[in-house]
Amino acid sequence: MRQAFAITGLSIRSIPERWAPSLVIVIGLAGVVAVFTALLAMAAGFESTLKSTGRHDVAVILRGGSDAELNSALDRDSSDLIKQEPGIRAGADGKPLASAELMVIAELVRKGDVKSGANITIRGVEPTAFALRPQLKIIAGRTFTPGLRELIVGRGVLAQFQGANVGQVVRMRGSEWTVVGEFTSGDSHDSELWTDANVARSTFGRLGSSSVLAALDGSGGLERLKAAIAADPRLSLDVLREDDYFSGQTKQFRLTIGVLAGVVTVIMGLGAVFAALNSMYAAVAARGKEIATLRALGFGGFPVVISVMIEALLLALGGAALGAVIAYLLFNNLSVSTLGQNFTQVVFSFKVTPELVVRGLVIALLIGMLGGLLPALRAARLPVTTSLRES
Amino acid sequence: MTRTGFVIANLFRKRVRTILTLLSVIMAFLLFGLLQSVNTIFSAGADFVGATRLFVQARVSFTTALPLSMLPKLEAIPGVTRVAYQQWFGGVWLKTNTQLIMFALEPQRYHDVYPEWKMPEAQWQAFERTRTGLIVGRQLANQYGWKLGQRVPISSNIWPQKNGSKAWEFDLVGIFDGKDEDWQKRTNLAFMQQDYFEEANQFGIKGRTNFFILQLAAGANAEAISKTVDAMFENSPDETKTQTEKDFNISFVKQIGDIGLMVRWILFAVFFTLLLVVGNTMAQSVRERVPELAVLKTLGFSDRSVLGFVLAEAFVLVLAGGLVGMVLASLAGAMVEKATGGQFLLEVNGGVWFLGVAAIVLMSLAVGLLPALRARRLKIVDALAGH
Repeated sequence: MRQAFAITGLSIRSIPERWAPSLVIVIGLAGVVAVFTALLAMAAGFESTLKSTGRHDVAVILRGGSDAELNSALDRDSSDLIKQEPGIRAGADGKPLASAELMVIAELVRKGDVKSGANITIRGVEPTAFALRPQLKIIAGRTFTPGLRELIVGRGVLAQFQGANVGQVVRMRGSEWTVVGEFTSGDSHDSELWTDANVARSTFGRLGSSSVLAALDGSGGLERLKAAIAADPRLSLDVLREDDYFSGQTKQFRLTIGVLAGVVTVIMGLGAVFAALNSMYAAVAARGKEIATLRALGFGGFPVVISVMIEALLLALGGAALGAVIAYLLFNNLSVSTLGQNFTQVVFSFKVTPELVVRGLVIALLIGMLGGLLPALRAARLPVTTSLRES
Repeated sequence: MTRTGFVIANLFRKRVRTILTLLSVIMAFLLFGLLQSVNTIFSAGADFVGATRLFVQARVSFTTALPLSMLPKLEAIPGVTRVAYQQWFGGVWLKTNTQLIMFALEPQRYHDVYPEWKMPEAQWQAFERTRTGLIVGRQLANQYGWKLGQRVPISSNIWPQKNGSKAWEFDLVGIFDGKDEDWQKRTNLAFMQQDYFEEANQFGIKGRTNFFILQLAAGANAEAISKTVDAMFENSPDETKTQTEKDFNISFVKQIGDIGLMVRWILFAVFFTLLLVVGNTMAQSVRERVPELAVLKTLGFSDRSVLGFVLAEAFVLVLAGGLVGMVLASLAGAMVEKATGGQFLLEVNGGVWFLGVAAIVLMSLAVGLLPALRARRLKIVDALAGH
């Protein structure tokens, strides 16, 4: 072991003399780790935005088989019936804490674009909606006045799209709506505009709602609500916990990004392995005489293997750290948006999490190991006499 | 020995190094080919659609329906020759729980406006006659193994039937192809009769649609007609937004987000890495051969031909790796296409190859130029004395 340490120390101290091939390993791995981390940071950001939207003690009720609010429609009788079912907690006023909401879509133009419209959720809510989402805070202006064509806008919408700033007027179906306030909730509601449900109904010519959101009464609330709804022949509905509803929506995106990250990382990783092999072979060749001298002095083959491996791993680690830093600086908290389940834009930010950084490090070490092994064995097997004689 | 032979022989002097470098280059171009074709799907997918048709949708969003009563007004606009319409059905194939791109429409009008779809006239007539008729594109039919005359149950995640059932029964009366390769790739569509939709949907939705499609006379001014349409319905609850089919397709794809930006970042990382790997190899091989190059010069080879040797070496290396990588990407793309039954078209087409070749040339210059210049500047005396 002491021999291994001694040789490793020697080889590491000589890295600066051979900086060019060493740099190849570092930069190669930095590239792999940066790409890997950035892609998965996107998936992580999307997931965390949607997951934090859903609460465990709140239920979403949709028309049976509709999967998403966009496809769901409940008439007024159904939503009134639902609110009276057991399992729903009472609010401060003693009435059931539930909100029948209408989701419609309007187009806004992305910042930096001129005409291509993107779908934005307009959510018509009842006053109880705010009690059901305590995380939502008005941060500029005021909330809308029920009965008036007024909107409040989520922070994410403001970050990505134009034409809906506080004070501006949005035209929808021949009528003018004033944006009177800005809110933030730190979740997917940040990608929405909110207004009074009844005003939305009259403007969009819709009588009912898309969904009912209901606070559950205690741990058995969901079961009681489900049983009551299943027993009512007038209702054919899906009842889900809000957190399940939202995490279900991340599956497709996670899968897509996961596959993309996997394919890109494997191919880039292979490229990096070949580059690392090349560099380490060059490193071994450059130190051929030195290694042969050591062997002649009585050092064993094993410490030589260890020293080459450690050098490769250290360089890989350096590359991974560099890659993680690059991904963090360029992408962390970068705000983007994509289509969500409701066919509307969901604004979210990249999240470079410690877990992702660790995974990047593991991948880099694996590549370093693969790239170091063969050259290390070659180094140990170098015939001493020929190496010494080489010019 | 010829000059070409000399270049190749030099490459194989350090065989392991050349092969490893080659493999790195192959990987980079494999990734380049695949990513670039993904990029093509998202950026230029609508290029082949001519500007002879306009899409009219509700200004607020295409998910809000427009009344069919607009039809005569649209037909009366000068320059508009025929008007079709289509209503999103939200079809789901239950066996695999996959969403279908399915619309309800009026067969005769749609047939007139879309001559790009090729289907025997008898099948078009059967579609018009059969209330529960369904026609699907070739690709969709192949994917699910649907045969002409078959009953196909499709459910809708938006529209239950009057009897409460979500599964709608259809008779497959026609399978259409595209007029060329580009259109054939879009034969993943399914169409049903507007009449059947209006009669059977539970909400009693009648006389509405998501899109009107205007066919324009040859030489008609698309932009002026778009403005006319939008002005016609201004300040009504049914305000419209009219754009060419191509613009509509582009903005539709843009909704997914800026895929292109992401792909460009990855490619930048890949090529920057490659530049370093190959550049380093070239620099190293020139460094090792300084005395040799000096000998060449002593023998009378000009500075320029020495520069040429080194550049040629870089070019051969990148070219070989690049071509193999692009071929692998084409194969992988074809495999993905086959494995997903044509649902995901990952095609390394001519455009991607063109970019690939451009990248090969640029890359060989980038990695070869510095070492080549060094070789050219070499002074015979110094080089021979140094060793």
